Amino acid sequence: MEHTVVSATNFNAWFGDNHVVKDVTIGIEKNQVIAVMGPSGCGKTTFLRCINRMHELIPGATAKGSLKLYDDEVYTMNPIYVRYKIGMVFQRPNPFPNLSIYDNVIAGYKLNGLKVPKAELDNIVQKSLTSAALWNEVKDSLHKKGTFLSGGQQQRLCIARAIAMEPEVILFDEPTSALDPISTSSVEQLFHELKTNYTLIIVTHNMQQAARVSDKTAFFYLGELVEFDNTKQMFTAPSDVRTQNYITGRFS
Amino acid sequence: MDARIGIRNTKSTLFKGLIVFLAFLITLPLIIVLLYIIKQGITQVNWHFLTHVPAPVGETGGGISNALLGSFIIVVMSSIVAIPVGILAGIYLSENPGTKLAYYSGLCVDILQGVPSIVVGIVIYFWIVKPLGTFSAISGSVALAIMMLPIVIRSTEQTLRLLPPSLKEAALSLGVPYHRVIIKVIIPCGFAGILSGIMLSIARIIGETAPLLFTAFGNPYLSSAITKPMETLPHLIYTYATSPYDEWHNLAWGASFILLMFVLLLNIFTKLITRKWNIQL
Repeated sequence: MEHTVVSATNFNAWFGDNHVVKDVTIGIEKNQVIAVMGPSGCGKTTFLRCINRMHELIPGATAKGSLKLYDDEVYTMNPIYVRYKIGMVFQRPNPFPNLSIYDNVIAGYKLNGLKVPKAELDNIVQKSLTSAALWNEVKDSLHKKGTFLSGGQQQRLCIARAIAMEPEVILFDEPTSALDPISTSSVEQLFHELKTNYTLIIVTHNMQQAARVSDKTAFFYLGELVEFDNTKQMFTAPSDVRTQNYITGRFS
Repeated sequence: MDARIGIRNTKSTLFKGLIVFLAFLITLPLIIVLLYIIKQGITQVNWHFLTHVPAPVGETGGGISNALLGSFIIVVMSSIVAIPVGILAGIYLSENPGTKLAYYSGLCVDILQGVPSIVVGIVIYFWIVKPLGTFSAISGSVALAIMMLPIVIRSTEQTLRLLPPSLKEAALSLGVPYHRVIIKVIIPCGFAGILSGIMLSIARIIGETAPLLFTAFGNPYLSSAITKPMETLPHLIYTYATSPYDEWHNLAWGASFILLMFVLLLNIFTKLITRKWNIQL
């Protein structure tokens, strides 16, 4: 698997004594959209947050096993570098309320104190906002506060903020669960465009969304990775009975 | 049925009337005190009053410049100590709510807030005034800084706790190191709240008299030497109001008026900046 970007081997994660991610082995290939689905509390979000080492920020949270970004072990890298390389978009849009739209996009540079020439920053802002399909809506109000935007726009601003750092992978933690259907579809539209440059891993509660946007789907149940396959295959002929039960709505 | 609804409506109206009346009633003491002090004090205040030291008994005129300068110096010195320490402690408490240290230091802050100010004064008297052998502005500042600390700590903590955790996560997920998250995201977002806490703590200590009685003590002359006794507004009011001379009573009224106006303006100003700089989350 030469194009594997993120790979986990026998990866485990805990909250205190609570074993939430159990022995997960998975290989995620470049430029694909991966949906991670499963019932509440199945460890999918925890697994996602392990990939950019956000998991360990919660007191009592631990992880063990191998998790690699290309050939580098994520858990021996500097977490700051990991998060440069693996961006994240959260469940609720969380633009920085004290920053303008412009500064929100370059927040990764600004807050880290990285010195970048103004012309280049302008360029990054335009490119990122264009990629996030937000440029046309905000190009005349770049210096207004980001929190004046609608929920869907704010979420796309957060996506632009992640893109601006030019990561390898972008993690999405239920990115549309706080959005209305129209904003949801515009964000879903984005996934298709973003995968030409990035690898996307999307945690979702919504099976239809997983089916619509992803190339491959991972199904988590009670902390285990039950099945990981092409989305079409998974939704038409799942190989595991638990996947089948979940997809057909026999438990949730 | 109709009759019962009528009775209920009457009861509702009466109840509403009662709470409106009580809400109005509680503003009365403030208004009466304000009006009385303004009436007594405003006639005393003029340029001469603000720029001269108190006149000796028997002479007319005289002002409160020594107390104005003293209060200013002492409050500034207290703030320099209490504000940074208070903000940092507040950040710690809001960031680590579950830890033992946070629990116990939070408890200490609450107790400190409840310590009578005169007790703080006595302690500082034994700690600083006695060893140094003289009353001093420094000892007064330390006493006031101790009074100020719990207010700054608690208001910082409460402001920062209201910030959504997602804000911090957003910054951390961009690879921003923890100390920069605090300095560049958390503090700016809570700035209005922190600042209003600081202003209120200043408004609180500017009128403190008890701890200054045996620390800064008072001084009838204009002095900016921080190792020497220094006059302050509340202490001047205390000494001159308890004197038997009418001229001195007038001086005390004028000083009360100035002190009251300062506190009032500080409160109004605080409200304004909180409204203006409040960040919409």
